[in-house]
Amino acid sequence: MAPIEKAVAIEKENVIVDGMDISGPWSRIFEQRTIFDYTPELIEKVASIPGAESFANCYQCAKCVAVCPVDVVGNYGPRKLYRYAQTGMDLTEAPQLWLCTTCANCLRVCPKEVNMVRIMPAVREQAILDGKFVPAELQQAFENTAKYGNPLGQPQRKRDAWTQNAGVPVPILKDLGRPVDVLWYVGSYPSYHPRGIDAACAAARIFNALGIDFAILGKEEKDDADSQRLAGEKGLFEMMAEYNIATFNKYEWKEMVVTGPHELNAFKNVYPRYGFSRPVLHYTTFLVRYLDRLKPLLKHPIHKKVTYHDPCYLGRHNGEYEAPRQLLQAIPGLELVEMPRNRENGFCCGGGGGGMWMDSFTAQHTTMRLSEKRAMEAAATGADILAVACPFEVSRFEDAVKSTGNEHMRVLDILELLDRSMRGDVEI
Amino acid sequence: MHIVVAIKHIPSIADELPVRHNNIDFDSVDFVLNEWDEHSIEQAVLIKEAVGGTVTVIGVDVIGELDNALHLALAKGADRAVKIAAEEPGADSHQQAKWLAEAIQNMSPDLILSGVQASNDLDGQLGPLIAAYLDLPYIGGTSAIEVTNGKAMVLKEFPGGIGMRYEIALPFVAGVQAAPKPPRYAPVSKVRQIAQTAKVETIEPGEGESGGLRFLKMAPPVVTGHAEMIQGTAKEIAARIVELLKSRGLL
Repeated sequence: MAPIEKAVAIEKENVIVDGMDISGPWSRIFEQRTIFDYTPELIEKVASIPGAESFANCYQCAKCVAVCPVDVVGNYGPRKLYRYAQTGMDLTEAPQLWLCTTCANCLRVCPKEVNMVRIMPAVREQAILDGKFVPAELQQAFENTAKYGNPLGQPQRKRDAWTQNAGVPVPILKDLGRPVDVLWYVGSYPSYHPRGIDAACAAARIFNALGIDFAILGKEEKDDADSQRLAGEKGLFEMMAEYNIATFNKYEWKEMVVTGPHELNAFKNVYPRYGFSRPVLHYTTFLVRYLDRLKPLLKHPIHKKVTYHDPCYLGRHNGEYEAPRQLLQAIPGLELVEMPRNRENGFCCGGGGGGMWMDSFTAQHTTMRLSEKRAMEAAATGADILAVACPFEVSRFEDAVKSTGNEHMRVLDILELLDRSMRGDVEI
Repeated sequence: MHIVVAIKHIPSIADELPVRHNNIDFDSVDFVLNEWDEHSIEQAVLIKEAVGGTVTVIGVDVIGELDNALHLALAKGADRAVKIAAEEPGADSHQQAKWLAEAIQNMSPDLILSGVQASNDLDGQLGPLIAAYLDLPYIGGTSAIEVTNGKAMVLKEFPGGIGMRYEIALPFVAGVQAAPKPPRYAPVSKVRQIAQTAKVETIEPGEGESGGLRFLKMAPPVVTGHAEMIQGTAKEIAARIVELLKSRGLL
């Protein structure tokens, strides 16, 4: 690329204005700079992918780097990716393509609306379609979702097996044969993961205690696939969305309650593009409505110090910060303490955007897991319990408290805390 | 270079296998592509990428749902997909090998690949049976196949980490243990695109029974015992272990 011709300076070396000498050394920032050492080709390559256009908007202010969670455990952030692309990194082939968790904290502060939540899925999709490198664990999660309807690779027929442990009736829409007020979409991790099942059972008991007319899809429920979409598998997402929308529309219900923020994001913000637009609520938003009826049920105090981790897809992506806190504060005896990074500036657990299925890969490019960093932040508040509201988080943080030597701190879903305060027969 | 990959659609073992009469209850299980066939497809595509040629994937459509597996193979780089429309979920490897061999015979292949095993192999493997029907040599347990000038260098795995390299003249049948690389990922959007445009050729199964086994009875294994979980403090557990060892005359 030919250097751009140097502009002629328009300023004088010695200037006296109104008798005042304002002469001084010429500042280079006012000059047109010559560009020799990099080309915009690799930036344009990314920005030419539909959905990734805003990558080229970056003007290098670096506000994003200050809030990027991955930069805390590595060398990352949209501004850095832009600079890497200037100096020779092809994002479609670089490991950096897989490190973003689409937590959206960069987008919150970006004056140029460089949108990683759109850029990353678009570039990843292109890389996958072109047969470029895909982390093996992520590939496994994709294949499991396509084959079994869930990223864990568990059999579809066992999707409702957890209900046997709930100790209360969990009606299934197909068997019920009548309309219900609430369709509860349980989600893959609450259906299959042992610690997820604990939260699902707690939710079932809370819904029953509140007398909510609810039912689940049972064996007809399949993964929402939103994180697979963000990890670049749009085709898989569309296949799952078509199935899920058809299944949701088979039954009569007034509103849907989801256990997980990723499902909330899928059904509320993305499925509408595929023709589904019915009311969907995260369980925290839903339960807060019943606070007056819930409070008298919370008979057993929990005398513990609790800190709450804002899930990116509940908070920043969907604006729900207060309902989880209101629920926690409704529990008698419970003392809620905040971590320095909370609400809009909440720190990502590393599970979003497909990160849930890339821990081994990510470990090769970062100094520690995001969940470990966050567990340390939680422990520093002196909390006895780290409360969460996303089914990805219980397993992530339980690993993290162990690996960072903070096993004294329990990790519990808000559902579990409410359930324990209701029943009182379980030690924390 | 024409490589034919013989695949099997088999009951999924991700779940318990329901038994009805003297066989699996085929109506209440999912069917999946045999895991080793994913490696034989990958091996075939790798050879094609190295030396050129075409890859034909063929399988017996035992429940009428083989198209998905064939579309997946096409998305991964196969050129042609053929199904033998038998709709006999109970067809064993002997029967399938006979049908496949009859179809493959007309394809003049230079190399035939099959997965070295399948979780529903009760009576041996598909590859050796096809080789016998076609009167071709067979090598099983391959972990890499390279083709040059009408010959193939084949790496075969043995137990204990031993590998042996063979030079074999084409054509022959290989039972693939593993492709030299993990099977590639086929994006769902590509598979779905292929599903709308690709043509799967259908052929009818040949007449006549094959040899093989006859099912007399099938039943889930009877649970006869279970592990005892020893609980308590370290001392209590140690005492219980000592007691158990003594009771069995080991101490």
